[in-house]
Amino acid sequence: MTDRLLEIRNLQIDGESDEVWHEIIKGIDLNLDRGEVLGLIGESGAGKSTLGLAAMNFARPGCRIRGGSIRFDNKELTKESETALRKLRGVRIAYVAQSAAASFNPAHQLIDQFSEIPVVHGVKKRQDAEADAKDLYRRVLLPDPDGIGYRYPHQVSGGQLQRAMTAMALSCRPDLIIFDEPTTALDVTTQIEVLATIRDIVREFNTAAIYISHDLAVVAQMADRIMVLRYGELVEEASTRKMMSDPQMDYTKSLWAVRSFKKETETTASGSGPLVKVNNVTAGYEKEDVLKNVTFEIHRGQTVAVVGESGSGKSTAARVITGLLPPRLGDIQFNGKPLPKDYRSRNKDQLRHAQMIYQMADTALNPRQRIRSIIGRPLSFYLGLSGQKKEDRIRDLLSLIELEPDVYIDRYPDELSGGQKQRVSIARALAAEPEFIICDEVTSALDQLVAEGILRLLDNLQREFNLAYMFITHDLATVRAIADNIVVMLQGEIVEQGPKQKVFSPPHHKYTELLLSSVPEMNPDWLDDLIAHRKQHGAMESTSTS
Amino acid sequence: MTPDQATPANPTIDRVAPRRSRMKNMFREILKAPITAKFGILVILIYGFVAIFTPMLTPYGETEIVGPEFDVWGDTFILGTDGLGRDMLTRLLFGARNTVGIAFLTTVLAFLIGGLTGLFAAIYSGWFDQIASRIVDVLMAIPQLIFALMLLTIFGTSIPTLIIVIATLDATRVFRVTRAVSLNVVVLDYFEAARLRGEHIFWLCIREILPNITAPLLAEFGLRFCFVFLMIAALSFLGLGVQPPTADWGSMVRENAVLITYGDITPILPAIAIAVLTLGVNFLVDWFLHKSSGLKDGH
Repeated sequence: MTDRLLEIRNLQIDGESDEVWHEIIKGIDLNLDRGEVLGLIGESGAGKSTLGLAAMNFARPGCRIRGGSIRFDNKELTKESETALRKLRGVRIAYVAQSAAASFNPAHQLIDQFSEIPVVHGVKKRQDAEADAKDLYRRVLLPDPDGIGYRYPHQVSGGQLQRAMTAMALSCRPDLIIFDEPTTALDVTTQIEVLATIRDIVREFNTAAIYISHDLAVVAQMADRIMVLRYGELVEEASTRKMMSDPQMDYTKSLWAVRSFKKETETTASGSGPLVKVNNVTAGYEKEDVLKNVTFEIHRGQTVAVVGESGSGKSTAARVITGLLPPRLGDIQFNGKPLPKDYRSRNKDQLRHAQMIYQMADTALNPRQRIRSIIGRPLSFYLGLSGQKKEDRIRDLLSLIELEPDVYIDRYPDELSGGQKQRVSIARALAAEPEFIICDEVTSALDQLVAEGILRLLDNLQREFNLAYMFITHDLATVRAIADNIVVMLQGEIVEQGPKQKVFSPPHHKYTELLLSSVPEMNPDWLDDLIAHRKQHGAMESTSTS
Repeated sequence: MTPDQATPANPTIDRVAPRRSRMKNMFREILKAPITAKFGILVILIYGFVAIFTPMLTPYGETEIVGPEFDVWGDTFILGTDGLGRDMLTRLLFGARNTVGIAFLTTVLAFLIGGLTGLFAAIYSGWFDQIASRIVDVLMAIPQLIFALMLLTIFGTSIPTLIIVIATLDATRVFRVTRAVSLNVVVLDYFEAARLRGEHIFWLCIREILPNITAPLLAEFGLRFCFVFLMIAALSFLGLGVQPPTADWGSMVRENAVLITYGDITPILPAIAIAVLTLGVNFLVDWFLHKSSGLKDGH
């Protein structure tokens, strides 16, 4: 008990929606010692962020702390005044948010924002704070630590911002830092560096931390102890190693098993020639070329995964194929015939055969149309169905995507969950009876369990209708699960392509190697091993420019 | 690449909101509305009722001379008579029909012109957007009242010209708003999906964009209506709007202005009628804007 920093007992938090209050944290206990890192895991809606914020007795608008006790350093926070709490927050407890880009004020230089908290709270003088900032920037391995503080948030990359944020959280040398999904918005290769930075710096200053994430493999690297949450309740708690090797509860086991989905049959290219051929395409916006001389093929019944970091040109490739961005050079061939470059000059049949499913199902469905008209429109538009025939077909499609037609047909999109919306997007694409579907990061906005369901559905549909998929993603676990062929892209060029077996087995291209090794593994020692390995080979230097 | 955030008010993964019916919802919303919005609704209903049923509410005709000039308030003529001996109350009621009717028509026309061009500008962007936007910029650069006075002097002061001139000038503002809110929809994935489906421009406008911008457009409609209404009143007051003997609140203020020097409040009445309607519409619009912007009161 001597080293206990934070002690939460029977915490209850309510959330409001449509003027009804319901419990979102249902009586949770939490202990944290000085210098300890606690991982909070759960799917969205599990209450992990809410619990994390409650550690500083803060509830988001629309939430209220209803009961329980929060003791921080032997002070009962629920009884403290707002002024006393404000002194505590930022100084003794710091918070690092998911999106550093959204958390920094774009109108001020980084170092101004760094100095603000210590100066306002009277912990440090302005000059000292700036000197300290430069020191911390050096420790979190930011390039040009003396100068980077004088840049504005938009002038540094996402990974660097997240590290600057971590440095900022340390400005008052807090006892506790709450990290709320700090790497979720980052590319895998960038994620590694941020993870390593956070872990080292937390160890160095002996700061306690609460690390919130939905990604098990990431938490396994960071935390000493893990708590699994579900529906606002604690499912299981154990030390990281014990939790990884011997999970007790069924729910925990199901989380662990999520990444096990694998496509059953590997399809090989059929002899009939490619369905879609991207032929020597160069395309871009304004003067800059985002795609340079890109060539790849997609065969019937096959899934081609296009992998790369953000900015690698994978979404641009999709825009070129759909005709939204006419290429400067090269063309797109469909069934051996070149497609008009601009979608406006393509005929209905050409448009029908290439459908698209988007990353954000929220914005992919018109919120003012019922499911019936969303799915029904391609039916009447392309296939000329109407009346009972159309109605029957809509119901068929809904059954196909495993949604009960009678329940869902008259709903609006905002009456569906994220996974259900994505299913409706799939039905809309299927309604056109296409031969080829572009899936643009379709699972990256979804929880792992839900995402797996979507992948299974896509796989079933592919076998049933002999569909060709172009699967754009940055998540290599998804690629492992669903791809037949892989195209690896970097800065608008294809660095490697071929069947999954070949791309995933050595010898790799240097960049593929980097991508593959950057995917967090369930092994708690993975990060240490990797960093040791990279230090030896000097690979860290070549990537830290990103 | 925005990953899902844990929404606090979302206790289960597949939480599904209950089905709702539109009418019931609307009724509930109105019951829950602040007192100002209810006042606005009431005012608009009363004005609408008066405008529609005017002839049944008064025994006298709109331009009928029924008594002595400038008669005081009394039993026969509740609000007295005007400078020609016409019943003041009757003219006030007819004024509702004329002023509100013309203002409504003008606003509708302004929305048709400005709304359609705004939508097209958002969808086509490129050269059409450039040309339309620059024309609008030029029109907006000239002070509206002076411009209207000039155009009315050139084209004459009949009611159709009045409506067309004011509608054209106001359409510029509507264009701006429609274009801005449509641009937010045009970049969304469902619009792109409809575009890639090969949908016709009218489908894009009516089914994909319009339903998603109705809230801000309705709010803008209310505001525009007030401005148009005030503008007509102002023009009438200046003698270039609705011409006598048609009853109109703006010109009624002018015709009876002499009475003010005798401490009689009768000339103020049409002005009050204008003020109350403007206030009512604004209250309603405020509430609407508040709802559509999704702002919630802080806790």
